[in-house]
Amino acid sequence: MRILIRNSLMSLLLFTVLTGIIYPLMVTGIAQALFPRQANGSVIMKDGKAVASQLLGQQFDDPRYFWGRLSATTPYPYNGGSSSGSNLGPNNPDLMKAVQARADALRAADPGNVAKIPVDLVTASGSGLDPHISPAAAEYQMKRVAKARGLDETSVRSLVGRHTEGRWLGLFGEPAVNVLEVNIALDAQPGNGGAK
Amino acid sequence: MTGNDILQIVLYFGILLLLAKPLGVYMARVYEGQPSGLDRVLGPVERLFYRICGIKPEEEMSWKKYAGVVLVFSAAGFFLLYLFQRLQGLLPLNPQRFAGVSPDLAFNTSVSFTTNTNWQSYGGETTMSYLTQMAGLGVQNFVSAAAGMAVLVALIRGFKRHSAETIGNFWFDLTRSTLYILLPLALIYSVLLVSQGVVQTFSEYQTISLIQPVTATPSPQFFPRGGEDEKNTLAPQGERAGERVGILVAEQVIPLGPAASQIAIKQLGTNGGGFFNVNSAHPFENPTAFSNFLEALAILLIPAALCITFGRMAGDMRQGWALLFAMVLILAALMVLCTWSEQGGNRRFASLGVDQQASQLQPGGNMEGKEARFGIVSSAIWATATTAASNGSVNSMHDSFTPIGGLYPMMLIQIGEVIFGGVGSGLYGMLVMAIVTVFIAGLMVGRTPEYLGKKIEMFEMKMAALVILIVNALVKIGTAVGVVTTAGTSSAANFGPHGFSEILYAFSSAANNNGSAFAGLNANTLFYNTALGIAMFLGRFWVIIPVLAIAGSLARKKKVPASLGTLPTHTPLFVALLIGVVLIVGALSFMPAWALGPLAEQLTGR
Repeated sequence: MRILIRNSLMSLLLFTVLTGIIYPLMVTGIAQALFPRQANGSVIMKDGKAVASQLLGQQFDDPRYFWGRLSATTPYPYNGGSSSGSNLGPNNPDLMKAVQARADALRAADPGNVAKIPVDLVTASGSGLDPHISPAAAEYQMKRVAKARGLDETSVRSLVGRHTEGRWLGLFGEPAVNVLEVNIALDAQPGNGGAK
Repeated sequence: MTGNDILQIVLYFGILLLLAKPLGVYMARVYEGQPSGLDRVLGPVERLFYRICGIKPEEEMSWKKYAGVVLVFSAAGFFLLYLFQRLQGLLPLNPQRFAGVSPDLAFNTSVSFTTNTNWQSYGGETTMSYLTQMAGLGVQNFVSAAAGMAVLVALIRGFKRHSAETIGNFWFDLTRSTLYILLPLALIYSVLLVSQGVVQTFSEYQTISLIQPVTATPSPQFFPRGGEDEKNTLAPQGERAGERVGILVAEQVIPLGPAASQIAIKQLGTNGGGFFNVNSAHPFENPTAFSNFLEALAILLIPAALCITFGRMAGDMRQGWALLFAMVLILAALMVLCTWSEQGGNRRFASLGVDQQASQLQPGGNMEGKEARFGIVSSAIWATATTAASNGSVNSMHDSFTPIGGLYPMMLIQIGEVIFGGVGSGLYGMLVMAIVTVFIAGLMVGRTPEYLGKKIEMFEMKMAALVILIVNALVKIGTAVGVVTTAGTSSAANFGPHGFSEILYAFSSAANNNGSAFAGLNANTLFYNTALGIAMFLGRFWVIIPVLAIAGSLARKKKVPASLGTLPTHTPLFVALLIGVVLIVGALSFMPAWALGPLAEQLTGR
């Protein structure tokens, strides 16, 4: 028994060194050498200031910006320090309230728009930090954003197209528009008032 | 269902089967001590390892000895992990200065990771230091997976050997699983994941200024439940829970850490414990469609390949393929059904002017709790694969699935984690089901059943029945206690049948060592931390012991040559019988519970 315990403790110690220290250090070394941008959070810089991670969504409620998914993080939406979904069941009345509230807000910001709202715009993402929306959700907001910025719709649409990622190999996942990239690009457009 | 939905599912299985064969053959060489290629590099490391630990890898063990070593090694892992969590406040590599983890949560997490369950009552980015993650949790990701693989290899030896008293050496199987299989795969995977945007650094969390600062009113319609825990959220100064005043939010925290190295192994080793709270739904844990495909593939890769390893080691490849096909058929059917349910969307939204129809421009369907880059089908593939295998990682929130869409993942857990299942543990579970199948077939024709040339007798059947009954009892007793006590029901986030489903799912997940959750359930309470901890412990080791007992008993037997009356176990007939047994055992046991949970919810939702 004593030999067995010694064997167990020694092997555990060695496994800790090998898989718990050497392995992550090795991966960090390779990651920082080959993919430093990705390994450090894919941060987007603007005027020397970090304004976003390309991968973490932010809350937008100004009509001049494209809006992203609902976020159920606490204590406020898109809290990067505490990812979370809503975990509301499909029949939960609170889910209906959240969907209704978002739909009302979208329609209030864009009174003329009578189109049906794409479902991803009124539902919370799994992470609460989803940076993407579907191309349909971008299309729904196109007129509103163009009008609010005094831009023509075609140029906004082509800008959205530039920040849309297709399926991997044309097969896996879903086409998605990166809301952060589009909004940053909108702010950089000349002659639309720029950022507030 | 769209054409692309079907194409994604077909390609997923196609690529899985393509990779399973070479990996399975390679693993068989590793366990049989044959040259594998990597041994030229890693051989010296392996020998040094044995020498330092004072282990004699050629020393054969009886099944009782083997079981004893598994238990002692796991117990040592439990205590070490417990200490890591309790003392993390005093240890280095803790840039966010997280305090030591509370005793009940540390107990739950230690059991969880040493049993290869990876149930998480905590949110990673708000609870665990970098050191605890990599040197505590990460290490168990490797060795608990390796221990499962070791027990499987011991069982295979039981079939293979005859008139033998021993079933191999645990240290040999454990070390080789880690060194030659898990570590190289994890290394390749980590680098690929980082290339997609998974973070890997030791720097502290960053803070950025938002593009559009917002006055956020915390939406009262959302109950602030974490993916797995809501207690430790990073509240801004002055904010008290329950206060619904607008707060100016101008900054965002960018959580960082050595995530890629851990995510690679948690996907490969059917562990599933995420670095961040929402697991692989988090953009830093699973940023792109490519990373998602890689991670989803990793869930089933080793469990599928082990079927080939089994065939190879048992000397009849057809035996392995038969088991693999049974697994693929059951999973594929449930995967398609789950996709179909989720693609159907939430019918209550229809009156709200919401468009849920799939088109070129949107996935449509039930998008609550799902990420836009994954849509419906990539989420449904993952949800069914992760519950078929006892992985338990998630890329969407199962709690928000439609009632029937959420039933399939629960069903896959409850049929005992034998459809792929955990690395090692899934296949030894499936072999137990195969034993039950030949027994039932034997009863039909009045012959003593045989499997792989070994007579299946009273002792094996008793042990097989134990394996099935213990886990079943744990799920039902646990759920029963959960739904009749205030401590149990007060944690449910949703009401009525869905609340019942949350509790049922939790105990199913724990007792079957899966680790996924209907995460609305606030599991970080004394009751759930303790009850689920006990369920995980018994669900792992009270299965391993009877399985090793079967291995020992089989090894002792003589081989009987196949005769005309022997039921061949590699034919479509056997595959059909096996599928029948798996489904009937699962369905008969849990149909009443499904009626109270998902089925009732579906009917009341109209």
